[in-house]
Amino acid sequence: MDPRYARNVPALSEAEWELLRRKRVLVVGCGGLGGHLIDMLARIGIGSLRVVDGDAFEPSNLNRQLLSEVSLLGVGKAQTAAERVRRVNPDVAVHAVGEFLTEENAAALLADCDAVLDGLDNIQSRQILANACERAGIPLIYGAVNGWVAQAAISCPGDHLIDLLYPDGAALKNKSVLSFTPALCASMQVSLCVKLLTGRPVKTGTLYFFDLLNQEFEIIPMT
Amino acid sequence: MIEVRVFATLRQGRDKVTLLSPEGIACAGDILDRMNIPQEEVSILLINGFHHKPESEVKDGDIVALFPPVGGG
Repeated sequence: MDPRYARNVPALSEAEWELLRRKRVLVVGCGGLGGHLIDMLARIGIGSLRVVDGDAFEPSNLNRQLLSEVSLLGVGKAQTAAERVRRVNPDVAVHAVGEFLTEENAAALLADCDAVLDGLDNIQSRQILANACERAGIPLIYGAVNGWVAQAAISCPGDHLIDLLYPDGAALKNKSVLSFTPALCASMQVSLCVKLLTGRPVKTGTLYFFDLLNQEFEIIPMT
Repeated sequence: MIEVRVFATLRQGRDKVTLLSPEGIACAGDILDRMNIPQEEVSILLINGFHHKPESEVKDGDIVALFPPVGGG
């Protein structure tokens, strides 16, 4: 085994690591959540990553987005993410798509993927992504943050988790996000993704809710 | 009594746990009205630990939990 993966074992078996090397994962959004998601997936040794974001870094990203740097302001997030992956782990085949997710490009972005990770920052795009995953029959590993709060879940086809979480008219009160909140959320998402892709038991349709201000953790059965 | 637990930002200006008399409360939406919580500020509504809608019936002894929308990234 390549020494770079030595510390993955025995937390992951060699057979599980081999499985991960054969998986293709789509990460939509390369910002607060996405930066951490992509970095963790690359380090653990996912075989192939498709990273999607039409945005470029701006100063308001610097408080939390792992991939953002002063020297990268104005540079595309997807391109930056791909370059990071190549520097961290050249074993990973990475493909950057510098576009926003739309109804029109969703199916093509999901093609041939084993799992989709949500690194988005708004409800409308999550609904587009969830609908595309439902149509393609691909599990979505959802994550969202706000202020001190993070929540994550696996939504398998038929769960319709996003519809349950965002009933018509649901509105965010503010857009603040602290540096540690997306890091925690992404950790939960990637751990769920690894369990799913290695065939370990997972609970789908169950929401994991973290309130870092009040130090509370809730497990919520949604389906 | 009906026990109402609110989470995260819904706790601003409210207690973590509120006990409400079931009188005049037929559904979960009535609880939101009683506590002055706009419906769009609630994403997840649990009755006794299971996901429900504002129209769902509540009765004496129920535990209702309310979570705000979380949607950033």
